[in-house]
Amino acid sequence: MRNLKLKAGDRFLLNGIIYTARDQAHKRLAQAIKQHKKLPINLKGAVIYYCGPAKTPRGKIIGSCGPTTSSRMDEFTPALLEAGVKGMVGKGVRSKEVAKAIKKYQAIYFLTYAGCGALLAKYVKKAAPVAYKDLGPEAIYKLEVKDFPLIVGIDARGRSIYE
Amino acid sequence: MTRVISANKIKDVVADLCLEANFILRKDVLAALRSAFLKERNNRAKDILAAIIQNARIAKREKLAICQDTGLACVFVEIGQGIRITGDLKSAINKGVESGYKKGSLRNSVVRDPLQRGKSGYQPAIIHIDMAGGNKLKITVLPKGFGCENKTQLKMFRPTAKIEEIKKFIVEAVRASGPDACPPYIVGVGIGGSADYACFLAKKALLRRVTTSPRHHVTSRISKIEQDLLKQINLLNIGPMGLGGKTTALAVNIEIYPTHIAGLPVCVNISCHALRSATAEI
Repeated sequence: MRNLKLKAGDRFLLNGIIYTARDQAHKRLAQAIKQHKKLPINLKGAVIYYCGPAKTPRGKIIGSCGPTTSSRMDEFTPALLEAGVKGMVGKGVRSKEVAKAIKKYQAIYFLTYAGCGALLAKYVKKAAPVAYKDLGPEAIYKLEVKDFPLIVGIDARGRSIYE
Repeated sequence: MTRVISANKIKDVVADLCLEANFILRKDVLAALRSAFLKERNNRAKDILAAIIQNARIAKREKLAICQDTGLACVFVEIGQGIRITGDLKSAINKGVESGYKKGSLRNSVVRDPLQRGKSGYQPAIIHIDMAGGNKLKITVLPKGFGCENKTQLKMFRPTAKIEEIKKFIVEAVRASGPDACPPYIVGVGIGGSADYACFLAKKALLRRVTTSPRHHVTSRISKIEQDLLKQINLLNIGPMGLGGKTTALAVNIEIYPTHIAGLPVCVNISCHALRSATAEI
């Protein structure tokens, strides 16, 4: 499996589908998992991007869309990993519990250029809100990305770039 | 003679400032980033600084927000004594923010109820109104992202506290921000006044020009403290994105104010590298 080959500090270009989810979407997803409710997106093998994009200007695919602070999602992350999430993209450090859960579920945490939302919008080829649309910028967007630039923050063995 | 300015005019100016601030990175900030790029020896840090500079270029060219967190709009207004405003000033500012943010497809990041959260909108702005001499109206819009706003620290020191204790507090506030607040930072510091006023000063310090030249503060004693702090902070090896390097902060800006004999408030308000603000005079 590819997750196991990547080491903390490695650079990586992501191609495929990622889902945005930040604070309120995490709260709802974690609650839905706990109550065994049907989830609005399939989390099995999913990559979650901690991002609340700016509005999409006319004629553009997406507005500015950089990462938000990952640690605010820490309390919900182990539940999402247990539900099948394999990758996360954000900025900043994670808690010990999250690093442990990443190792347990052989997932991976990526960093991407923080505060560079205009640049990152260039790598998004398709974007549409797919769940929790009432949350506005905190809705879940499905993004199709090409060569989206990442750095491995915590690898599947639980090793962190910050240590 | 009294000059009359309509609230409607103010609304339009505020709307334009919101767009300018969010699309065009301040020249002084961009220059500081470029100079950091040249000085940085760490390859990863250099690569990240290059991305930040490229991001500013794309944002300006394509009218895209520099950062998706287009912030909470902080609006500083200085009203000349010789001015009379027709209409409601605060409502004009809020309407201007709403109209500018909508026009620029900026993010609606403001929740009405801080506890229940709920649907988000564009305003109200955080409005600071001050009086000045003359008959000009000066407006500055500072969209403040919350990745860095969340790292704000206030400490009420004893009046006999040593400057070294205060410096340590400021450096530790930066250390505690680690990679989360999007380094390289611009560190705003407010010293003196009351608790709330020190916080205001720390925010206001971010409006001052960012420069690494040592003579940018009127008081050379304060300028020396700023330089010393910048040196200490850049030894923390946090670096761009927190991945190491000598560029942890681009500048430390301190604002001071008289205070009470019993106290010494100090507030640290950090800005991410995307320090955005725009000013107009009517």
